[in-house]
Amino acid sequence: MGRKILLEKINISGIESFDIYRKSGGYSAVEKALKTMTPVDVVEEVKKSGLRGRGGAGFPTGMKWGFIDRKSDKPHYLICNADESEPGTFKDRYLMEHLPHLLIEGMICSAFALEAHTAYIYIRGEFKYLIGILNNALSEAYANGFLGKNILGTTFSLDIYVHPGAGAYICGEETALIESLEGKRGNPRLKPPFPAFVGLFGCPTVVNNVETLAAISPILNMGGDFYSKLGNGKSTGTKLISACGNINKPGVYEIEMGITVEDFIYSEEYCGGIKGGKKLKAVIPGGSSVPVLPADLILKTAAGQPRLMTYESLAEGGFETGTMLGSGGFIVYDEDQCMVRNTLSFARFYHHESCGQCSPCREGTGWQERLLTRIENGEGRLKDIDLLADISKHIEGNTICPLGDAAAWPVSSAIRHFRKEFEFHIQFPEIVKNIRHGNIDKYL
Amino acid sequence: MLRVTIDNITIEVEEGTTILNAARKIGGKIVPPAMCYYSKLKGSGGKCRTCLVKVATTSELDPRPLPKLVPSCSTLVQNGMHVQNITSEQVLQERKAIVEFLLINHPLDCPVCDQAGECDLQNLSYEHGLEETRYEEERREFAPVNFGEKIKLHMNRCILCYRCVYAAEQITNERVHGVLYRGDVAEISTFVENFIDNDFSGNIIDVCPVGALTDRTFRFKNRVWFTKAMDAHRDCEKCSGKVVLWMFGDEIYRITGRKDEYGEVEEFICNDCRFENKNVSDWIIEGLRKIKRSSVISQNHYEKLTKQSIIKPIEGKMEQQE
Repeated sequence: MGRKILLEKINISGIESFDIYRKSGGYSAVEKALKTMTPVDVVEEVKKSGLRGRGGAGFPTGMKWGFIDRKSDKPHYLICNADESEPGTFKDRYLMEHLPHLLIEGMICSAFALEAHTAYIYIRGEFKYLIGILNNALSEAYANGFLGKNILGTTFSLDIYVHPGAGAYICGEETALIESLEGKRGNPRLKPPFPAFVGLFGCPTVVNNVETLAAISPILNMGGDFYSKLGNGKSTGTKLISACGNINKPGVYEIEMGITVEDFIYSEEYCGGIKGGKKLKAVIPGGSSVPVLPADLILKTAAGQPRLMTYESLAEGGFETGTMLGSGGFIVYDEDQCMVRNTLSFARFYHHESCGQCSPCREGTGWQERLLTRIENGEGRLKDIDLLADISKHIEGNTICPLGDAAAWPVSSAIRHFRKEFEFHIQFPEIVKNIRHGNIDKYL
Repeated sequence: MLRVTIDNITIEVEEGTTILNAARKIGGKIVPPAMCYYSKLKGSGGKCRTCLVKVATTSELDPRPLPKLVPSCSTLVQNGMHVQNITSEQVLQERKAIVEFLLINHPLDCPVCDQAGECDLQNLSYEHGLEETRYEEERREFAPVNFGEKIKLHMNRCILCYRCVYAAEQITNERVHGVLYRGDVAEISTFVENFIDNDFSGNIIDVCPVGALTDRTFRFKNRVWFTKAMDAHRDCEKCSGKVVLWMFGDEIYRITGRKDEYGEVEEFICNDCRFENKNVSDWIIEGLRKIKRSSVISQNHYEKLTKQSIIKPIEGKMEQQE
């Protein structure tokens, strides 16, 4: 069994409640931080751990905290980004459902490090059932003196509020989230200025993912140095992977970074192999917005090395032959899945979720969807494939926020690696209409 | 003062200047086009992406280039920054793509659009657009809406620059319209139809870069290139009273604010001046207004932007400086 840090106590029954969480060693990180450390010490410890943002971008958390404008006389804010809505990603909701106190404990330590006295959990609107769980956990923490005024008799005070969004994917982007939290339309802001300087209500703000914040208390407990030795290279520690698709055992798994992708897909401990003994066709390892890779490239890099579950190894080869770890939404496709239909489904999602603020994304995502719909329905032309690739190339990098990139990458990577399938759809619409799956080899 | 070089022309600007405003100080063809930025509206800009430029050198201290193209309207100049606009093939390529994006859902109904002849999108696509569209799918469609008696909204033509939203927010006493929905079905709308009615509401027509918001009192009356633009003023309690009269013979067809070469009004005018005083006797006429912008109203003198015609004059300027 691999090492478990976040999910170590997941099997203790009743761990959602404060008493049991406390009895099994919970909230010791808060005691340690508040009583024996200074805020800067906590930041240093997190820097040492090498923890990287678990929301998708993988930006070093300690460095992000280091940017916060401590000289500002304005209040600081900590925001927990629980707006998990990337197709294929469902790790945060699992964590919040079963270990709400782990998140709250991490938030207290993080708010202490950032000298924030107000923190928000911005939760996806569709996670209605989690709001009650979190509010229960928060009131337990208040009742036991871990939240509110003068926590544990120290001078540190903290209030945490749960704020549900209204179900827009774009509000997972940190500046759109801040706008939404301020009560405005959830449009991403232009950066710079970054939230560390001008964030919520114009004050210095840090936005972190649920999993990132949950990892803070284990880091403080075991020490940043120890945590940094786990994992592989710059991908330290453990990561939650939400595995889904055509596998025998879909679910949320905690892995120590550095295990091979092959191991993750085929071992009994994790995904347990492809369902029905079929062949592996493709994998999207980090949620719908990262590039898809065909079986040969996901198992081995272009250089022939085994591909590891780390930020670096998955990105090896750039976008030509690599992808990204992203948020850890691991989607597996077997040989019968149709990549065109799958790409259309993602394109439809991004078209629907584009905020419409900047033109390449607003117009480009819709164009992509309409073209893909035509191709899927057997009304495409061969030149449409190049047009589609061209559109995604022009969306990428030209938008205000990363949603443009996220909309472009699935399309461009699908064309890059599965062009044959697109051509097949266009050349043999009749066959496609009848078979409705992606195993085209026997027809070629 | 900060030194910035744009398309090989160096200029000194004050701290806090954006690349676009530095380029406007230099003037001429190196100024990036801007469809959503409006210097008189706080917070505008960054949305249309037509003003994207390449930063080849970030600053004196950090000589690295920026990895992505940046919106020049909202990126601040740093000392020693080198910017490429029309000297960068990549910028011109991407701009072409952005113009194509802006046009895919645009109805291209210029022949029946009152904005034709003074439309920023028309100018932009003439200079940077493709000769034919690659878009064959359906365009989004909305029915035209009246915002009160004076203003008409053609949402089909809108490029969602948000200028009218900022204008209503910042120069009228109450904003009653905004953007509803999201993505390419987002629309400018009021919650109650026929609602926009206050002393300065007419300015949302002037700030609109396309024919989405037009003057109902001018609707289908004349084409702008047939009318004569005259600077004029009157004593007005509410605004400066400085306007442009668009006349045909002795008749005033339309009254607007005085727009500069970037399509921005010098001063916002009130609705009394704009809609209610259409007799020549109401005005003190100052004389013919020179329209600087390359547009149909500047006597059909369209010039196509070609690489030679851009780079050569710049090279000349460079040698002069050395």
